[in-house]
Amino acid sequence: MEVLLQVENLDVSYRGAGPSRHHAVQHVSFEIAAGEVLGLMGESGCGKTSIALALLGLLSEEQADVSGSIQFRGEELLSKDRSSLRAIRGAGISLVFQEPELALSPVMKIRDQVAEVIHAHNDWKWERCRADAELALARVGFSDLERISSAYPHQLSGGQRQRVVLAQALACKPALLIADEPAASLDARSQGEILALLRKLQRELHISILLISHAPEVQASLADRLMVMANGRIVEQGPFEQLYRNPAHACTRAMLRTAAPASAAEDMDFEMVT
Amino acid sequence: MNPGPRSNSSQHEPLLRVSGLGKQYVQRRPFSPAKIALDAFQDVSLTIFPGKTLAVVGESGAGKSSLARCIALLERPTTGTIELAGTKLAALSRKALFLIRREVQLIFQDPSSALNPRLTAGEIIAEPLLIQGEGTNSQRRARALQLMEQVGLDPAWERKRPLEFSGGQRQRLAIARALALDPHLLILDEALSNLDAANQTLILKLLAELQAARSLSFLHISHDLRLVSEFADEVAVMYQGRIVEWKSTRNLFASPEHSYTRELLASARSVESILLERSA
Repeated sequence: MEVLLQVENLDVSYRGAGPSRHHAVQHVSFEIAAGEVLGLMGESGCGKTSIALALLGLLSEEQADVSGSIQFRGEELLSKDRSSLRAIRGAGISLVFQEPELALSPVMKIRDQVAEVIHAHNDWKWERCRADAELALARVGFSDLERISSAYPHQLSGGQRQRVVLAQALACKPALLIADEPAASLDARSQGEILALLRKLQRELHISILLISHAPEVQASLADRLMVMANGRIVEQGPFEQLYRNPAHACTRAMLRTAAPASAAEDMDFEMVT
Repeated sequence: MNPGPRSNSSQHEPLLRVSGLGKQYVQRRPFSPAKIALDAFQDVSLTIFPGKTLAVVGESGAGKSSLARCIALLERPTTGTIELAGTKLAALSRKALFLIRREVQLIFQDPSSALNPRLTAGEIIAEPLLIQGEGTNSQRRARALQLMEQVGLDPAWERKRPLEFSGGQRQRLAIARALALDPHLLILDEALSNLDAANQTLILKLLAELQAARSLSFLHISHDLRLVSEFADEVAVMYQGRIVEWKSTRNLFASPEHSYTRELLASARSVESILLERSA
């Protein structure tokens, strides 16, 4: 299978006050094939979001040191300058956050917010971007396009807002989507809908997804392979079902809640505390 | 400051009684004198008994958090009454409200934004005591260390700051702070949603222990019906600002009445059933 993203020996460390450093990500290597969904699990603070930010080139040099190699479609991202990274973000690699309320502007109509993303990556007239935005909204399954397009975010439900964010992220047909807890703020009903939609779009558009989520049910419904992190390192990776049936590491067992005995959970706590 | 016997709350009197509660937010339309009224929730009536857990479940935007903020006395409801251990809150003076606030404590979803990053763990836990003017410096510190131990944090970490803790540990810190004033009611607003499965299990266990030891009541606000069903005595389902169903957890699962509740139950699925469907 064709490799879309290859990460080797990625290290991310943040500068603290004085000489102290915080190593958020250490020696992380993984790859994502075209059309594959890779799940990423781990305790909050274990470095998941740092990986996502590093892939998008969103960590500034003043803030953090990033070393290793990130190859996207055979090109090294870590040596790219700001403007070529900006061209890749949104069009090549895009991102969906957990909180659609924060990702959307409260004072812009939905159609314009999606059109803005298209406008940023294409040298098109605004009218054409708006027309394209409606197509993007139709793709994420809105039937009453007329109402949604001219609505403001507060007039939509949580599930609808998350679909708008998804429409934005997919508007420029990226090859890789980073979904950071895409369903965590939704109730079970909307969560089921958004996951089914993600799966459908992933197949139709043949995109790869890096799925960050701590919910075993979310990973089970999308992830082909799973990667489990603890303290900035990958402790285990493999096909989802294999990790679910035969977890090798206590951390994987605890994360997937595979009928883990109480004692295993306690060992886990001790490990994470240190 | 010790837990002591709960003198004013017998097991048969509700600790919290909310009736006909509603909250309306009025916003000005930008650049125009017109005003828009938004009902966050309407006509909510609930009771919680000492030592019991009531879960309020609903979609984001259903009005759950506004309800929590009103019960926590952070906002004044537009209509209805809140009674805490028999005392009507609306009738109280500012000073009496200040004193009764200690009875109700809130724990938020995201402990990293709920905790002051500049304070140490010890200072964070002692702050509520300082605000309520309790004890001397050394008494407050001793109490903070004792609370750290109770929630499973090493007291030796008292000088660490929130960012040096992991997500699960930060939530423990928030719980210790909430317990500092020895409240009767803890409101958990999505307090487990940010945690991974391992930490959810551990925090749930801690909350159950604390509840048993102190006869604490919990109001648990969540969007995750499956998670709250593991420990709530009763569940109230909130939909578009109203409570549409309120039952014991077992009855809710056995005979859901409202169509929204049914949909919620139907969508909550296990990993096994998802894997089965994917392989088909």
